[in-house]
Amino acid sequence: MTTRYTFGGDEFLFVEINEAMSLDAFFKGTAITRELQRRQVPGVTDICPANASYQVRFDPDVIDPQALLTLLQQIEAELGEAQLDIATRIVEIPVLYNDPWTHETLMRFRERHQDPDSTDLEYAARINGKRDVDDFIAAHSSSPWFVSMVGFVAGLPFMFQMVERERQLQVPKYVRPRTDTPKLTVGHGGCFGCIYSVRGAGGYQMFGVTPAPIFDPAQRLDYLRDFMVFFRPGDIVKFKPIDRAAYDAAVAAVEAGTFSLRVRDVSFSLEAFLRDPDAYNRSLVEVLHAD
Amino acid sequence: MPTDSVFAIEVVKPGLATSVQDTGRQGYYNVGIPPSGALDQYALRAANLLVSNQEDAAALECTLLGPQLLFHVDTLIAVTGADMAPKIDGTVYACNVALRIEAGSTLSFDYVKGGARAYLAVAGGIDVPRVLGSRSTYALGAFGGHQGRRLQKGDRLAVGRERGPAREGTTVPEPLRAPLAREVELRVLPGLYHHRLTDESAATFFEDTWAVAPEADRIGYRYKQGRPLTFREREQPFGAGADPSNIVDACYPIGSIQVPAGLEPIILHRDAVSGGGYATIGTVISADMDLIGQMQPNHQARFVPVTMSQALAARRDAQLRLARLREVLLR
Repeated sequence: MTTRYTFGGDEFLFVEINEAMSLDAFFKGTAITRELQRRQVPGVTDICPANASYQVRFDPDVIDPQALLTLLQQIEAELGEAQLDIATRIVEIPVLYNDPWTHETLMRFRERHQDPDSTDLEYAARINGKRDVDDFIAAHSSSPWFVSMVGFVAGLPFMFQMVERERQLQVPKYVRPRTDTPKLTVGHGGCFGCIYSVRGAGGYQMFGVTPAPIFDPAQRLDYLRDFMVFFRPGDIVKFKPIDRAAYDAAVAAVEAGTFSLRVRDVSFSLEAFLRDPDAYNRSLVEVLHAD
Repeated sequence: MPTDSVFAIEVVKPGLATSVQDTGRQGYYNVGIPPSGALDQYALRAANLLVSNQEDAAALECTLLGPQLLFHVDTLIAVTGADMAPKIDGTVYACNVALRIEAGSTLSFDYVKGGARAYLAVAGGIDVPRVLGSRSTYALGAFGGHQGRRLQKGDRLAVGRERGPAREGTTVPEPLRAPLAREVELRVLPGLYHHRLTDESAATFFEDTWAVAPEADRIGYRYKQGRPLTFREREQPFGAGADPSNIVDACYPIGSIQVPAGLEPIILHRDAVSGGGYATIGTVISADMDLIGQMQPNHQARFVPVTMSQALAARRDAQLRLARLREVLLR
């Protein structure tokens, strides 16, 4: 793959690792942006890793645009293909799939959908060759996902499932975007999953909701106390299907301020993962439930 | 209420879209939190300088239809940016001038005669809590500013007690006021996914005149009436989505121009969504970003391609203009 450098006006440098999404491209971008962060370069004000690209905001009064570009090319060359192990964390996110709230919303916007006669889950199950909705939910929740980008709106994670390309779930976005999406909807568009951190417009298919807040300016829960945004690029997410009773109990705990998330530190090796993704994923999930 | 600020302003009518804004917050775009802050940064700084505030103090950004505000303190105010003349107890005063207002007086605004966003600075600065280093409102995230939202009837705002040497009657000289035209040239550095356009569309984008659509706000400005743009046909890369205007979701620079389905270009502004799956074809240069927020629906824009060195020269010109403003007002 050939990295493409291009300026976004006089304050942004945009770097496309690859046109196509892949774990390789994501990891290369992660390695470069982590190294740039470590170097604390004067004039660099925002480092934004994305799925298969990244973006740097800079102050051209402090650092010459061309000098920044040269520096990033140097970092890319120095890192080569070696730096593909990262220290990160794995998080269990409970999900009520097929919930009443996203169902009500998707029914309201049916005329904007490819297939107005089925639900988002039924449509996604069919075009991905799954037997039924339960089979699709099993595929969605059995293997973990990488958070490959945080953005669109505050704290929204884009996620890429850690399975071979032929097993990746793909669905188009709505034909025309909705003007409403319930807060904490678990969505999917293209090959990316997401969790809508706030209520608002959206074009991803809607599969369920999580009771777990992931963005809260008031920082009421323990895992949001350090920062109002929970997710960071490189986090690993494992979805856990829950029923309505468990969902209601979790919402009550959120309201009481006692809800928490299961989060464990892990190290991830791309090489070991690629050798046997399923076995590697099992070992990751074991870390989550080791205690 | 802390002792360094005082309850000063009561919102009688909120206006169309009035919010607390300063120079914005930096360093959180990587988690989807955009800079926010006044869309016309020069006008914000001018308003603050007129009343002896720090240039980056928080002011009220008033869009198209100004608010009605009851003052509970004697203080200095100034209105810059859009031509929305301030009225004190019904008497019309000039924009770009430091004005005295007394406790018990009501400030309202005349209808807008040019531009789209006026900035109301109050001596001491609007005192709301800083969130992530800034007092700016980020409405999508529901934080910053006054309770994370636009002003509403009944809101009560505090201002800082600090007072500078500002004098009533201090004026921004005519040549140093925000330009307010109905037809604007916006300079653009082509790039990002510009290569995805066909040669014809790469040309027509810069040839056509584009009008601001009704959907124009702090997140982005949509333009219409130019010829539709066509992206080169290709086998779409894995994860990019089916439309040729789609890419694998990536970051959006502030000022970047995206054209969903090739139809209506959208320029992202200071409350931008930080990323998404539409190809961006270039970025409005930093020196011209202030002009966008002063455009009303149906105002017209031409996009003019420039090089990086032209963009940097324009940036220096804008800095010199601000330096002259400081010289005049801090004298």
